[in-house]
Amino acid sequence: MAKGQIVAGCLAPHPPHLVYADNPPQNEAYSEGGWETLRWGYQRLARKLKDIDYDAIVIFTPHWQTYIGTHFLGLPEFKSKSVDPVFPNLFRYNYDLQVDVELSEAMRDAASEEGIITKMMTNPDFRVDYGTITSCHLLNPEWDKPIVTISSNRNTHYYSPEVMIEQATALGRACAKAIEESGKRVVLVASHSLSHRHFVEEAPLPEDMSKEHIYNHSQYVWDMKIVEMMREGKSREVIDIMPEFTEQTIAETEGGGLIWMLGAMGFPDFPAEIYGYQSVIGTGNVIACWDPNDDTREYVL
Amino acid sequence: MSETNEPEILFGIYCPPHPQPLLSPEASEGYSNLRAAYDECRKRIEESEADIIIVYSTTWPSIIGHQIQALEKAVWTHVDDDFHYLGSMPYEFHMDTQFAHSMRENCEKRGLEARTVEYEGFPIDTGSVVALQLLNPENRIPTCILSSNMYSNRSETIVLGKAVRDTLAQQNKKAVVVVVSSLSNRMFTEHIDPKEDRIHSQKDDDWNRKILEFFDDGRLEDLSQLSRDIHGQIRVQKVVAYKPAWWLAATMGQHNNYDGEVLAYEALHGSGGAVITLTPSTGSVGDKEFDEDDVEFYRGDRNVLDKGMLE
Ligand SMILES: [Fe+2]
Repeated sequence: MAKGQIVAGCLAPHPPHLVYADNPPQNEAYSEGGWETLRWGYQRLARKLKDIDYDAIVIFTPHWQTYIGTHFLGLPEFKSKSVDPVFPNLFRYNYDLQVDVELSEAMRDAASEEGIITKMMTNPDFRVDYGTITSCHLLNPEWDKPIVTISSNRNTHYYSPEVMIEQATALGRACAKAIEESGKRVVLVASHSLSHRHFVEEAPLPEDMSKEHIYNHSQYVWDMKIVEMMREGKSREVIDIMPEFTEQTIAETEGGGLIWMLGAMGFPDFPAEIYGYQSVIGTGNVIACWDPNDDTREYVL
Repeated sequence: MSETNEPEILFGIYCPPHPQPLLSPEASEGYSNLRAAYDECRKRIEESEADIIIVYSTTWPSIIGHQIQALEKAVWTHVDDDFHYLGSMPYEFHMDTQFAHSMRENCEKRGLEARTVEYEGFPIDTGSVVALQLLNPENRIPTCILSSNMYSNRSETIVLGKAVRDTLAQQNKKAVVVVVSSLSNRMFTEHIDPKEDRIHSQKDDDWNRKILEFFDDGRLEDLSQLSRDIHGQIRVQKVVAYKPAWWLAATMGQHNNYDGEVLAYEALHGSGGAVITLTPSTGSVGDKEFDEDDVEFYRGDRNVLDKGMLE
């Protein structure tokens, strides 16, 4: 059996606004559009993924928050409706998705061997979080690949951003080992925004783009610093600066997704492909992809 | 409405959000004690003349202002993010829609951003599901659930409580008010044998017991004034502040004239779980002049940063 490998790593923010703006048949809400910079970026990245041969998507989400270890989806199918608790007016999405349970269990076993507390989630009534649904929908609207969702253990709040870096890196290493041993080709997804201060009021028409802007300039400058380092292939430095970035911008990096993904990829020193940056209700969002293949890596934007 | 145009709050309940008392009360003596305390509260609600149960849940965070559950019949099966292996929680809750809509108006009159949510399948949070399943299992009394805005601090939370009072007085409804929150909220980060459950640390236990003394003495406003200290000492810093005592005091009345009763205090995977009742009475405890300002109307951010800028 050939060694498994990570064929791409995507930073894929999950504001439900992006699905809402797309008007897919699965979503009950209707919009007049909005947030095109991000949506067109997602469409381009989704086209790239279509050209990559892969078996499964493994996604790390901050909206499945666990305090007692890291949890993994452990049943082959989940079908239900995901209603966003914060933006239920925008996101009521009927999903029907497949899970690669074999890969999920293998990653869980590898994580346990690393000393990480783990749990398989095998309750059929469990609702898959909207971060998973949003990022996966935008990266693969056909839903023709199985996924694995990994929960976000709340290390940043319980201990510190530094402990989160250690734990999420160890988890990434363990997942990479399990993927290698599985013989599968896998796309990793870190599902989150960068700066994460929201406006607490919503425009009467949420997709009214004349109202959309970053919460404040400080958030923007920080986001740009991180994007610049991504472009330059400085992924290790992104992680080094992350505790300060997370604190200064209340960034959603606190959930550990990007650390996990870059850790699994061995902190790549090649440039990330940048597909777009835009604010959503004040938060800063970048779509980025780390393509380890020198022949297919592009300069997108 | 009473003669003084004050709302009639029959009593308040403080109870924990985790699902063990609902799903696995037999797993430990502590969990069954909490369950028994919940059952006692259920009985007291049944025997009361309550027209409505109002729930403020710390496990329902919101971003766009304050959300108010307004779906007439909320039906779903809930599963907890951490404790999914304990089982599913099917529910059907009946909301007081008339109250919910007036509550939104009264929030807005007091300067708060607020909205009702009225969607089939809306994910009602673990804390609200546990509390309502145990306190009002047959929907004898309609309810209203309020979110806890993740950015809101003291003034917003106090004003939110006052908007509840406005609405109750307007509609002439007698209420039982419920706060769903742990005391200390640090849980063990590994799986444990429920029989070996205990409060995560001595310090958390010490603080919890001090808070329980205040509750027992009916010193609700004193607890409200202590909220920032409580947040710093025994709360994992997930949100900006410990808000339950602010909301409870603002809703029930900002004073210390209560009969408090601690029905149970037990560990829930390391966190402090207490079931407490507070009943309005006469006579006050404590001789402190409160130093946190009272607030009637929320004026939003004060834009302190902009005021200091050089022209
Ligand atoms: Fe998010």
